[in-house]
Amino acid sequence: MASKPGAGARNDVRGGGRYLSLGQAERAEMLAAVKAESIDELFDPIPQAARFSGDLELQPQMAEQELLAHLQELSARNAPEQRTLAFLGAGCNPHYVPAHVDALIQRQEFLTAYTPYQAEVGQGTLQAIFEFQSLVCMLTGMDVCNASVYDGASSVAEAVLMARRLARRAGKVLYSGGLHPNYLEVTRTYATYLDIEFEEMPVGEDGRTVIPDIGDDVIAVVLQQPSFFGVVEDLRAAGARIGESRAKFIVATAEPLALALTTTPGESGADIVVGELQSFGNGMNYGGPLVGFMACRDRDKRNLPGRLAGETVDADGKRGFVLTLSTREQHIRRAKATSNICTNEALCALAACIHMCSLGRHGLADLARHNLAKASYARDALVAAGATLTYTAPMFNEFVVDVGTDAALVVAACAERGLVPGVALGRFDPKRATQLLVCATEVHSRAQIDELAAAVREVTT
Amino acid sequence: MTETKTNPMARQGQLKDEGLIFERSSDGRVGYSLPVLDVPEVDPVSAWGADAVRGDIAGFPEVSEVDVVRHFTRISQHNYGIDLGLHPLGSCTMKYNPKLHEVVARLRGFAGAHPFLPDEQSQGALELMWNLERELVEITGMPHVSLQPAAGAQGELTGIMMIAAYHRSRGDNRTKVLIPDSAHGTNPATAAFCGLEPVEVPSNEQGTIDIEALRAAAGPDTAALMLTNPNTLGLFEERIDEIASIIHDAGGLIYCDGANLNAILGKARPGDFGADVFHINMHKTFTTPHGGGGPGCGPVALAEHLEPFRPRPVVVRDADGTFRLDHDRPQSIGKVHGFYGNFAMMVRGYAYIRAHGALGLRQIAEDAVLAANYLKERLKNDYELPQDRTCMHEVVFSDKKQKAHGVTAMDICKRLMDFGFHPPTVYFPLVVPGALMIEPTETVSRQELDEFADALLAIARECEQDPEVVTSAPHTTYHRRLDETRAARSPVLRWVPPSAD
Repeated sequence: MASKPGAGARNDVRGGGRYLSLGQAERAEMLAAVKAESIDELFDPIPQAARFSGDLELQPQMAEQELLAHLQELSARNAPEQRTLAFLGAGCNPHYVPAHVDALIQRQEFLTAYTPYQAEVGQGTLQAIFEFQSLVCMLTGMDVCNASVYDGASSVAEAVLMARRLARRAGKVLYSGGLHPNYLEVTRTYATYLDIEFEEMPVGEDGRTVIPDIGDDVIAVVLQQPSFFGVVEDLRAAGARIGESRAKFIVATAEPLALALTTTPGESGADIVVGELQSFGNGMNYGGPLVGFMACRDRDKRNLPGRLAGETVDADGKRGFVLTLSTREQHIRRAKATSNICTNEALCALAACIHMCSLGRHGLADLARHNLAKASYARDALVAAGATLTYTAPMFNEFVVDVGTDAALVVAACAERGLVPGVALGRFDPKRATQLLVCATEVHSRAQIDELAAAVREVTT
Repeated sequence: MTETKTNPMARQGQLKDEGLIFERSSDGRVGYSLPVLDVPEVDPVSAWGADAVRGDIAGFPEVSEVDVVRHFTRISQHNYGIDLGLHPLGSCTMKYNPKLHEVVARLRGFAGAHPFLPDEQSQGALELMWNLERELVEITGMPHVSLQPAAGAQGELTGIMMIAAYHRSRGDNRTKVLIPDSAHGTNPATAAFCGLEPVEVPSNEQGTIDIEALRAAAGPDTAALMLTNPNTLGLFEERIDEIASIIHDAGGLIYCDGANLNAILGKARPGDFGADVFHINMHKTFTTPHGGGGPGCGPVALAEHLEPFRPRPVVVRDADGTFRLDHDRPQSIGKVHGFYGNFAMMVRGYAYIRAHGALGLRQIAEDAVLAANYLKERLKNDYELPQDRTCMHEVVFSDKKQKAHGVTAMDICKRLMDFGFHPPTVYFPLVVPGALMIEPTETVSRQELDEFADALLAIARECEQDPEVVTSAPHTTYHRRLDETRAARSPVLRWVPPSAD
């Protein structure tokens, strides 16, 4: 048998042989039990022309310790292992993740569990989803929240599609110029084949979105809180304007920690609230996995995509939880489903849930105020270092400064000194080539922020 | 009752009725710590105006870290998991999740990397993605791989969007997507999402595509065929060459659903049997943990003619050996993820492939197929087997024999819990009424396969002799059967703070 791993009668000890549950003796017995002469016979249904008969040309296999060393070596070539100081946010936000959050999500009962379609053996996951849904509703001021979607970007796309379903008509979607450019791009990708026209609402001089007159052809208005530029929008005023129209009011967030302090989207009249929850309990992981979420009003829940956990009782009357309202979903409704989403970000949502519980009633606002103070200090330090503040409207933990020269070069020059001062915005908009988006949170100390200001001063003068 | 002696689900003695975290709250407890604020405090009310600041987050719990750890540990014990045993879920490939993966995914350079770090500072991450793409290129026999989709369904969406963009770029207006009736629900949902009309193609009596019906359905309006191969009955499409010719001759492309890649690793490659797009579920074949429903990772492999349309950015290696992200892709369908996809899952999948190498991956396919055929042999006299032929990595039975005693596939599932096993996939594929779809994977020993088969045989006896014990199952789990109808009829989807009522 050419396909024996290694020589002799034992499974291969060099690589993944340790993950295989069958030994050579069992294989022989099982082949006999299925009345096959050789393993190849079981692959007879694959027609010869479709058969791959050679050996795949893959990299050589590695023992566990070799693999660990290889990956450590790759990891070492990324900035965090070089102690690089970064002030990057932009929807993948640097926050401290408490040890117990990571410990709990690594329990095999959560980490390795299947989607809880069989509720009796998935109560842990289901109850955690129910608690997650409850927390997000309270944070956003909404009635219903789903069990998560892929990320903030796809949550905006799904919200626009949901608004289109609710509107039952073709039309225009107005989006803020302060919407994360990647959220916009994913939304446009998702809507490629739909009858939706997109139109930007520019941000005003102070950085807040200017809400225009909303015509009857508009099906949805999308605002981000805080905006991509870190500006805290006046949601109440925006909601009042949008409320006079037929359009659905969609609020997206890429930094949900701000919602611990700002007027809730719910009390501002939002119809759909979506965004990213990575800030709670999840690392940055080079941009993924993240935790998208979608919340809506009770009246619209049957148009919400994604899984939902609901409360029920068991045969003895004991409280329990199940996945529910699944007639919205692809495995039941197929082509008429609200979305094609199946797998979501359950484990990341669990991490967010655990962290939100630990922060609790007062901690969320405490942490948010801490972020506001750190970013305000960073803003003032950069202005003192010669940068110009681009927007005057209130900010949370992120802001834009103009460094008076090509910001990408400033980033490159600072990076050589082991510091990444922010995101150079020219990558999204050439007109913003001199602007830098800077984020400061509880992970940055005053001394580090002083270092940032000194570095920016040094490379711009 | 005849449950096996070691039933990890029968742990009633240890389990408590935990209640919701909100019900454990008590004023004044804290579960977090914050560093001393070393910069001037900023009052949000004076910074933003009172009107912009919210009140207290009513209802959030006040709990200590101890409360949080005990609460989530206790509720976790109401879950089953891979480390406890077999999850024979057809089409889900629930295999062992190596512990090393949790270590390497948390290496500081990976877990702490921000996606907007300059490329020069992300060389390790970019090289890993580049390496993983090359490995998947070889495994699938297709020239390119995009790692960006966050899960299989998003991979499907990406695939069909690329196909639509391809036709559109040629000025070719094609509106229909052919989908076999045994397909996953995500397939028609995806087609509809792209503004295309799903057209169902029937299966024949052998459980594979009805070639004549396919030939009749294919035409100048065919944008694509969405094909799962091996299919959801665990059967390889034996006339795959003809299928590919019919579609390609009509000018359509073939999207192949890779949910069942585990069966053919190193044995057959979608690029060699005609696929133009093929999605991979990293959380199935390459064992990134299922996490109770996610995160996944759904790379798509694609043919040369679809390369211009792949999602951006693309990892490229320059002549000097450095890696960078190329965003300048004018024909790209755009981005489908906020950044570059689920990178931490890519680390795990890459580690898994590198642990195995070519021969190891092929052994996975062989063991997975052997295990499924073994279970088929052990169970086929007692459970109706709609397709009695060599299967690939999964086998589909039906509840036909047990129905005669008033027992359904779902009852059998619930009863399996009393024997310490996670149930198989049930009522899917739709072409088999009362389907029980079983995929053991390669990470189950013969002892456990036998214990599982013995449990199903014992249940078959119970269906004849004492069906009530099956229809009222489960009996040993902490929660008895849960009322799904009630949950859907009057949905309670969140906890509401008492004061807010």
